[in-house]
Amino acid sequence: MMVAELSRVIVPNSGFCRKVEEMSGEKVSACFQCTKCTNGCPVTFAMDIAPHRLMHSIQLGLKGEVLHSDTIWVCASCETCNTRCPNGIDVAHIMDTLRQISQGEGIRASQSNVPIFHSVFLSSVRKHGRVSEMEMALIYYLKSQGLTGLLKQAGMGFGMLIRGKIKLIPTPIRAISQVRAIFRKAEERG
Amino acid sequence: MKVSYYPGCSLSGTAREYGESVEAVCRRLEVELHELTNWSCCGSSSAHVTNDMLAVALAARNLEIADRVGMDLVVPCAACYHRLKVAEKELLAGKQIEGISDIYKGDFRIKHIVDFLWEDVGEGALKEKVKKQLGGLNLVCYYGCLTARPPKVTDAKRPEDPQAMDYLMKSLGANVKSWSYKTACCGGNLILTRPDIAIRLIQKILDMALEAGADCVVTGCPMCYSNLDRMQKQISKETGEKYNIPIFYLTELLGVSLGEPSAKRWLRRHFTDATLLLRRVGLT
Repeated sequence: MMVAELSRVIVPNSGFCRKVEEMSGEKVSACFQCTKCTNGCPVTFAMDIAPHRLMHSIQLGLKGEVLHSDTIWVCASCETCNTRCPNGIDVAHIMDTLRQISQGEGIRASQSNVPIFHSVFLSSVRKHGRVSEMEMALIYYLKSQGLTGLLKQAGMGFGMLIRGKIKLIPTPIRAISQVRAIFRKAEERG
Repeated sequence: MKVSYYPGCSLSGTAREYGESVEAVCRRLEVELHELTNWSCCGSSSAHVTNDMLAVALAARNLEIADRVGMDLVVPCAACYHRLKVAEKELLAGKQIEGISDIYKGDFRIKHIVDFLWEDVGEGALKEKVKKQLGGLNLVCYYGCLTARPPKVTDAKRPEDPQAMDYLMKSLGANVKSWSYKTACCGGNLILTRPDIAIRLIQKILDMALEAGADCVVTGCPMCYSNLDRMQKQISKETGEKYNIPIFYLTELLGVSLGEPSAKRWLRRHFTDATLLLRRVGLT
């Protein structure tokens, strides 16, 4: 739902904005709605809340709308918004923060494929120290789109294989324990 | 010249021709690449979405290794470059990163391969070694997002209109076209999660390259390359318009120009045929 279409009276609540600011270190409250982020964003056509409106929604404390939005999951992290923001707000970083809050609160992502992709990617890194692209793609398609989805990719997979672009056997790096320790510590600290 | 080298995960997989051409070109230019011992994944786009500390620490682990060696660090992948630069800024600001030693000298530069070739190897050394001029090639340079933006991270002097790849290609004699999609986004990993969005962005970039009068697109990013090279058949099928624009890594064209015989092998790894165009302009 577009924020402008909300029919209810909104009582601004700064708690959510403070949380986002604390977690991200970004000053969301400095946004004065110049819309440069939205005008430069290449994926607004797929968003339900345009980036500048998302900033305003955070300021107003519309936590539910923000955390359930498509916007936070379809952002491509191209970083055009933060390059152009006159107030130095790293909007793309705020998108990351919102994804983290949303996942932390167990909210089902509106674009469920996105968190599946990231978790499969990171599992591969944790296991080998480097990402095994083939393993990652296989598990991602299987988990997100089932066996039929995976089989649809068979042609592309074969194309990659004959072009020598698939490393078949991933071998963990020698210092894998250091990488796993980084994962453990990051998870402990949240 | 000796430098540290961080290839990143995709250079031995989906971007294999990038890895092969970077190594071949550096050999010809007498640049010794010293791959970081036991380097690990930079965290790419997945770590920063998931956990800020994880994102910085995964990249910082590699900078810690590079710091001990002390030589400039050359990075061909745009995404790796970006993540390493983010971690560098944090380390130089004196931030404590869990699991990373607090003795970080930072006495070395992180350079994307495009900037390294143009600024450090330099036009003189390139021209001395060039065997074939790329005169017949009309091309656009496509930088993508992550070596440019945001400048506070990438240290790009002209984040909206970068130049190094344009200069490099011009110095090899190529006919470099100007266009306004140099740093447009290809959708990155949305190609896996929301292919409909990514395909729309890719098609726009290809259309703009054609409108600029380019016969091919040159890039220095494995994600951009993969999206532009791999998806053309599908986009043609879906839209009814025929797309057949060769995509090159900048090091592939540099390799061709330097007369590197292994270039034939790299070109065979493309999804969108690149050999016909090179043959037409007398480069193979």
